[in-house]
Amino acid sequence: MMKFVDEFRSEPLAHRLAAQIAELAGNQPYQIMEVCGGHTHTIYKHGLEDYLPPNITLVHGPGCPVCVIPMGRLDDAIFIAEQKDVIFTSFGDMMRVPGGRGSFLDAKARGADIRIVYSPLDALSIARRNSGKRVVFFAIGFETTAPSTAVTLLRAKAERIENFSIFCNHVTIIPAIKAILDSPDLRLSGFIGPGHVSTIIGCRPYEFIARNYGKPIVVGGFEPLDILQSIYMILKQLTDGRAEVENQYTRAVTWNGNSRALKALSETMELRPFFEWRGLGFISHSALTLRAAYAAYDAERIFELPGMRVADPKACQCGEVLKGVLKPWQCKVFGTACTPETPIGTCMVSSEGACAAYYNYGRFTRERIRYAANDTNPVNP
Amino acid sequence: MMHKVNTIDANSLSADWAEDAIRENSANHNHAAKDLRSITERDVLARLEGARTRKARIREDRITLAHGAGGKATHSLIEAMFLEGFRNPILEAMEDQAVLQVGDARLAFTTDSFVVSPLFFPGGNIGDLAVNGTVNDLAVGGARPLYLSAGFILEEGFPIGDLSRIVTSMKSAAQAVGIQIVTGDTKVVQKGKGDGCFINTSGIGVIDRPVNLSAASCRPGDAVIVSGPIGEHGITIMLARGELEIEADIGSDTAPLAALVERILDAAPQVRCMRDATRGGVATVLNEIAAASGVAIIVDESAVPIRQEVAGACELLGIDPLHVACEGRLVAIVGDESAQAALTAIRSGPYGDGASIIGRVKADPAGIVLLKTCFGGTRILDLLIGDPLPRIC
Repeated sequence: MMKFVDEFRSEPLAHRLAAQIAELAGNQPYQIMEVCGGHTHTIYKHGLEDYLPPNITLVHGPGCPVCVIPMGRLDDAIFIAEQKDVIFTSFGDMMRVPGGRGSFLDAKARGADIRIVYSPLDALSIARRNSGKRVVFFAIGFETTAPSTAVTLLRAKAERIENFSIFCNHVTIIPAIKAILDSPDLRLSGFIGPGHVSTIIGCRPYEFIARNYGKPIVVGGFEPLDILQSIYMILKQLTDGRAEVENQYTRAVTWNGNSRALKALSETMELRPFFEWRGLGFISHSALTLRAAYAAYDAERIFELPGMRVADPKACQCGEVLKGVLKPWQCKVFGTACTPETPIGTCMVSSEGACAAYYNYGRFTRERIRYAANDTNPVNP
Repeated sequence: MMHKVNTIDANSLSADWAEDAIRENSANHNHAAKDLRSITERDVLARLEGARTRKARIREDRITLAHGAGGKATHSLIEAMFLEGFRNPILEAMEDQAVLQVGDARLAFTTDSFVVSPLFFPGGNIGDLAVNGTVNDLAVGGARPLYLSAGFILEEGFPIGDLSRIVTSMKSAAQAVGIQIVTGDTKVVQKGKGDGCFINTSGIGVIDRPVNLSAASCRPGDAVIVSGPIGEHGITIMLARGELEIEADIGSDTAPLAALVERILDAAPQVRCMRDATRGGVATVLNEIAAASGVAIIVDESAVPIRQEVAGACELLGIDPLHVACEGRLVAIVGDESAQAALTAIRSGPYGDGASIIGRVKADPAGIVLLKTCFGGTRILDLLIGDPLPRIC
C-alpha cells in the first residue's frame, strides 16, 4: 500500500509545485484556511510549510472533532461511564481530553470501565458479548464518522440489541465554516475544503462560500502533494479573479457525495436546534442527535444526564485558535500551563489539533529549523 | 447564526484544576504586563523551553496508563517519584543499567518487568522478551551478560502448558547468549488479580573493556546508527491483539544483541553510547540522548530502515514508526571517524543486516531532535505523548 502513498510525497514534484505557488503568490499576502484537522496534521507532520513563501500563511480551522467538544460534554460522558454496569467505549484519541473533572483516563483510573474501540461496530460487539452490561459508545466526529455510527444503529435495531446506546456528539461542518466566515476578526483569502467530510457530503454544500462570500474553496486530499496542489488551485482562482468550488481530491470525492451514507444518516439522525462548540459557543443546527425512532439507543434519553456546562478557563483561547484568529503560540497559556502532556485546551490533545501539531512538530521558528537541518546533509555531511 | 450564551446557568461550573494550573504557571511569567500582540513567537518559544526544562512533577492523584507508556508521564513519574525517593549517584546516571565498581571488577546490573499482552505472538512470547530485554539492557552498557534472575507472578488458573512453553523459550534464549538463570521467585495471585503471567528478570554482567558509554557523551558530528528495521515488535503486538482487523506478515524483532554489541565495540572504539529502542521507539531514545548530551540530533526520514508492512500498518493506524517499540534493535551514537566501521560490523552478523546511518548529531538547537521528512520538509521529532497501547512488553 505504500506504493500508493509514495507518489503523493514526491520531493521533486513538491519543488516544482512550490515554484509555481511562489510565482503565483508574488508579494501579495495570502491567508488560506485548511478547515480540516487532518490537513493540519499532514502540514506539520511533513514539514510542508518549508515549501511555502513567507507571504502565504496557513490558518488552521475548526475541523478537528476532538477539539470542538466542550468540557461539559465530557463530564456528562464520565457521568455515564461511572453508572452501575456500564461499559463505556470511545475512540483512543478522546482518552486524554480533559473535562471539568479530568479525562476518561482519570475516570478509568478511578474504576470506570472505559474501553478503547476502533469503530462503533466494535462497541456493538462488546454489547453482544456482555448482555448483562449497558454498553455506551461515545460517538464523535463530523460527517466523516457519523455514517459509521448510523450503520451501527441500523444494525443494533435490526438485531434488537437492547443493551447498546450511543452518546451522540456528531457535529456538522457547514455551520462551523459559516460561523468563521461571519466572524468579523478574520480575513481569509480562501479555503482548503475538508476532504474526508466531502467524501460523504460532496462538494455542492460549499457553493455558498463562493457565491455568497466570494471566497475560493478547493476540496483537498490528505497527502502533502494534495495540499500543495490545493493551495496552487486557490491562488490560481484568486489571481484569475474567480471564486469557485473546485475538487482537487477527485480520487475520493464526488460532486454530490455518498448517497448511501447520507441516507443512513438521515434515517437515524436529525439536526439539533443548537449545540455548544468548545470556544465557539452555541451554534444552531450544527450537530446531530438520534431520531425519536432510535430513542431506545440514545444515551442522552436513557441516562439522566446532569447536563453540565463547564466554563472554559478565561485564559484559555481555544475559540480564537479554532477560528484561526490566533496562532497557537499566541494563546496565553500555550506551552506553559497547557502542553500536550498537561493539556487544558482540546486543541492541545488531538493529533489533529493545531496547538498539539505546532507544539510537537513545529516548536521552533521555521527559519531556525530550516537552518539547523539544512546547512549540512545529515547523512553525508 | 451563532448564539453565544452569556448567562451562566445553575449547572455551570468552572474547571478548577485548569484555573490552578494557569495560576501556578502565571507565577513564572507575567502576561498582564505585556500586550498580547507585542509578544513575539520567539518570546513564546523561550518561555516554552523554560517550562519544558522545569522540574518534573506528578499532577495526577492516581496512576493512569499514561504513566506506563514510556512517554512524558513515565519520565515525570520516574524523576519526581523514584529518582527523588532513591536518589544516589549511580541511579542519577539514568542509564539502562547501573554500573557498579566491586573490587577490581566493573559490573552492570539491571532489571525489567514484562506484562505483554498477548503472551504469545508471531516471532516470540513473553519468555523471549524477558530474557532478551534484560540481556540487551546489559549489553548496551558495554557489559558481557552473565547471570539472570527470573520472578514469576502467575494468576490462578493459568495453564501449565503455557507456562512450560514460556520456560522453554527462556531456556533457549538464555542458551543462545551463553548465560544462566540462577535464581528466581514464584508468586500466585487469585483469579482476576493478575493477567495470566507477569515476569520480572534482573541481570548482571561484567564490563571487561575500557569503555565508558554514556548518553551524555555525544558530540556534534557523531553519526546516529540504528541496527535494523524499526517498529516490528510494536506493530506485531498491536495486530496480534486482533482488535484492528488488519493482517500483515510481520513478526516481533525480539533478539539478543550481546554479540552485535561485541562487534560494534571491536570495530568502533569511539562509540559514545548505545540504547535498545524499546517502549517509545527510536524517537524516545534519541530525545533522551539529545537531552542528556545537550545536543541536537538531525534524522533523515528516508534513511530510516523500515519494512513495507510496518510502514503500511503505521500509515493506516496514523502512528509514527519512530515511536513504535522494537525488542531487538539498538541505536548507537558513534564518532564520525568510526561510523562506517561500526556500520560494517553491525551488518556483518546476525540481527544487523538492515543497519543504517539515520542521522547526525549537531550542536544547535540543543536538546531537540529534528526530522528531515521524506517529503523534503523539516519538523521536530518529540517524545510520544499518550501512547494508546499499553502492555507492549
